[in-house]
Amino acid sequence: MALFRGRGMASVNYPIGMNLGGDPSQALIHSNPDGKFTVALSAIDLGQGMKQVTRQVAAETLGVPIEDVYVDTADSDTGPHDMGSFASRGTHRMGNAVIAAAREARGVLLEAAAEELEVNAADLVTDGKGNIHVKGAPSRSITVRATAQAAQFKQGKTIAGRGIFLIPLSAVDPETGELNPNTAFAHACLVADVEVDDETGEVKVLGMNSAYELGRVINPKMVEQQLVGGAWMGISHALYETPEPYYPNPEQGPRDFNEYLMPGPGDIAPYSISILERPAPDGPFGGKGPGEMCANPVLPAIANAVYNAVGVRVNDLPITPEKILRGLRANGGAKPQARRGGAL
Amino acid sequence: MEFRKDLFQNERDDNLNVVGKGVQRQDMPGHVTGRSPFFDDHAFEGLLHLKVVRSPHHHARIRRIDISAAERAPGVKRILRGADVPLNKNTLLSLINFGKDDEPSLAVDKVRYKGEPIVAIIAESEAQAMAARALVRVEYDPLPTVFDVEEALKPGAPVVNDTYPGNYFEYHEKYDHQKLRFGDVERGFAIADHIIEDRYQMSPIEHAPTETNGSIAAPEQNDRFVVHTCAQGLFFSLGTAAKIVSLDSNRLHFIGGTVGGGFGGKVDSLTEPLSILGAMMTGRPVRYVLDREEEMLYGSPRGAERIYVKDGIARDGRILSRHIRSYFDAGAYTRLSSYAAIKCTAHLPGPYTIPNVASDIYVVYTTRCPSTAMRGFGITAVDFALEVHMDKGAEACGMDPMEFRILNAYRDGDMKAHRRVAKNTALIECVQVAAEKARWPLTEQAKRQSSLTEGGGARAEIPATPIDENGRINRPETRGGRSTQTLPAGATRIALTKQPIMEGSTENRPKAPVVPQYEPYRPAAPPPPAYQPPVVAAPLAAATSALEPATSPPSQHGAHRFSSVFGTRRR
Repeated sequence: MALFRGRGMASVNYPIGMNLGGDPSQALIHSNPDGKFTVALSAIDLGQGMKQVTRQVAAETLGVPIEDVYVDTADSDTGPHDMGSFASRGTHRMGNAVIAAAREARGVLLEAAAEELEVNAADLVTDGKGNIHVKGAPSRSITVRATAQAAQFKQGKTIAGRGIFLIPLSAVDPETGELNPNTAFAHACLVADVEVDDETGEVKVLGMNSAYELGRVINPKMVEQQLVGGAWMGISHALYETPEPYYPNPEQGPRDFNEYLMPGPGDIAPYSISILERPAPDGPFGGKGPGEMCANPVLPAIANAVYNAVGVRVNDLPITPEKILRGLRANGGAKPQARRGGAL
Repeated sequence: MEFRKDLFQNERDDNLNVVGKGVQRQDMPGHVTGRSPFFDDHAFEGLLHLKVVRSPHHHARIRRIDISAAERAPGVKRILRGADVPLNKNTLLSLINFGKDDEPSLAVDKVRYKGEPIVAIIAESEAQAMAARALVRVEYDPLPTVFDVEEALKPGAPVVNDTYPGNYFEYHEKYDHQKLRFGDVERGFAIADHIIEDRYQMSPIEHAPTETNGSIAAPEQNDRFVVHTCAQGLFFSLGTAAKIVSLDSNRLHFIGGTVGGGFGGKVDSLTEPLSILGAMMTGRPVRYVLDREEEMLYGSPRGAERIYVKDGIARDGRILSRHIRSYFDAGAYTRLSSYAAIKCTAHLPGPYTIPNVASDIYVVYTTRCPSTAMRGFGITAVDFALEVHMDKGAEACGMDPMEFRILNAYRDGDMKAHRRVAKNTALIECVQVAAEKARWPLTEQAKRQSSLTEGGGARAEIPATPIDENGRINRPETRGGRSTQTLPAGATRIALTKQPIMEGSTENRPKAPVVPQYEPYRPAAPPPPAYQPPVVAAPLAAATSALEPATSPPSQHGAHRFSSVFGTRRR
């Protein structure tokens, strides 16, 4: 009886947003008289960071410091319509809607500043620190705060913007499946190293390496959280989870977390990620969306690593010790495959 | 986590102010100090609690429901039955005109899965609601069950969902599955050196959110109802609830907020309609929250998928032909499964350029808890199948699995199986970087490959494609038919989608960023260089060309006619 090490890989791509389109998102932005902006949405923050992504996108587009932008969301009386937080659509669809709204608000902001400075609005730029000045002449400047006060109390202007992003719905050809799917795709490749115990059938994930191409990364810390958490979900999907362990037999369903198998802290593997950024032509600042895809390559990479370790192909998820032991018995024991690459 | 800023560097302007910075989230202090409000943190005076009676049978006719003892139980304020629900039949995607109403909020004549709600008890306390639940007497005539997707499609299988009597979702009012046809897969198999075939099975998976599904609905003074909810799609849930309880949408005020884990399991509006109906019937705030066992067993899971993959591969490792037949287990009702099959179809054959591809994707009804969306919906299971299959393909031709992927990877300018040109691809670079990180040796040849070059040309052509009418609705004997005609090379039949709408500033103000343009198929064009000059999505760069009317693709008539796509009417 022995422990066998194996290595497997998988490469995937992922479509961003509802793939037939027809899933609009709206955003409203307005400034208070001190030049502080509120972004009003109805998008849901599931913990993935919707509020922060839209806040950064709004601040970047408006050209103001991030501290001067807050996002108010998830109230159907104040936030305009949004399809929802699913299909990896939040960053892409809502990000674009926020850009559109922020551009409109920025347009009014610059017009109000132009009136105060007695220049053409087209000649004005923002410094991202709360000031607006004439291009090439930083001394001819006004603060965003003074501009907002002038707009509100002197000029009678609303510094506000509306935005919507909608990829119109595509038809589907019944005979060929031809369609206009979403236009942004993210990419990934992941290598998993595992150790298989041929006595117990247990699999331990020793480590993972991956490369993700996600378009422009809006917030690297939140991307990392998504990718790491998603990879753990992938380990869990590959090796542990299901409410129907003998599917399609519906019995033996777990009722709580004592019976529903998931990895514990000791089952979490070291994970090293590299990020590639090829901006999506239609994404907010080129952003795509890492939300859903981050578990996907883990499942096949682990299955391929198990085969590499002991020569057992498990085609049915999850890869339980029982399935591995049955495979080992059918093969007459472990059949390790060729090693791939350097040591861990 | 490290960045490979050297790759695709000339396609980016990295000189941005806050985008790209790891700024701390505005809601972080609330999360880490436990002060962020969840839906269940809203206390109401006189709050009532709702619990449902669930079917103990997988499939049964309901003979009689007797609520008389439960009505007299202590604390019980109101009992809801199917007849109390204003519109007791709905399908989630009716909001975008996709599919027929097929699911009751409370079962009336039949239960189609174990755990299906039949009666809702509203009482002063949760304990009283649960005690009264045990007093409801329901008499059943058990019916035959079917749990296997392929068994469910056989003639004579028990009919699960009367709206779809063949036990399959009906696509385009025509077929029992969604087709993908690109090139001639049979000819591809005939000339292949290796044929690899296998079957894969993804079991159901529970979303397992820390916070279970739930909502609190309360009457407001102005004839409206405020609803605190964990919904993932606020207006999606509002629209669904407004339809079921027959209220104008502006009489509902939905407030979401922090959600304790969703992963797709909080799109179904499992609790909101009954909470609101309870508040309408009692005039008091009503809370309906699933307990952990309900969430595990009767909150919808990720659906099981059975996937058959067949590859034909040339001796040198090029995949010549790929066929996929897949079955989504929807459970008893459609929920969102019908959309997953479309998403899966658009995803095939994965991130590879294969000259002949076909797939048949079925959405099948079985007598189990309805499944729904989960992270990677329509993609995760088929990616598992395809990537394990790729490993087998590499082994069959004696190739390294990384090199096998790089050889077959799609590149800029290649034609995809759904007849649109691939752009902005980066699979090869991901494989190269992952190999480097794992110290997995690649040949010099594989290291030199690029997503930016050598795509397009012959790889951009749409091949002649045999098409068929297999699998007509109500005619299972047609599933194994032959092709009826051959579409000529270059054929496209779906109009390009209009360019995206970005309402907001236009005149005298900075223009919208570059928006997607679908690449029309141009048979006469010379092989285009795969590498396009970089498009910089900088905020102030006025990307005018995409907005010029002259360059707009022909617009599609009636963009919102899902009925033309899926052949079904709303309500």
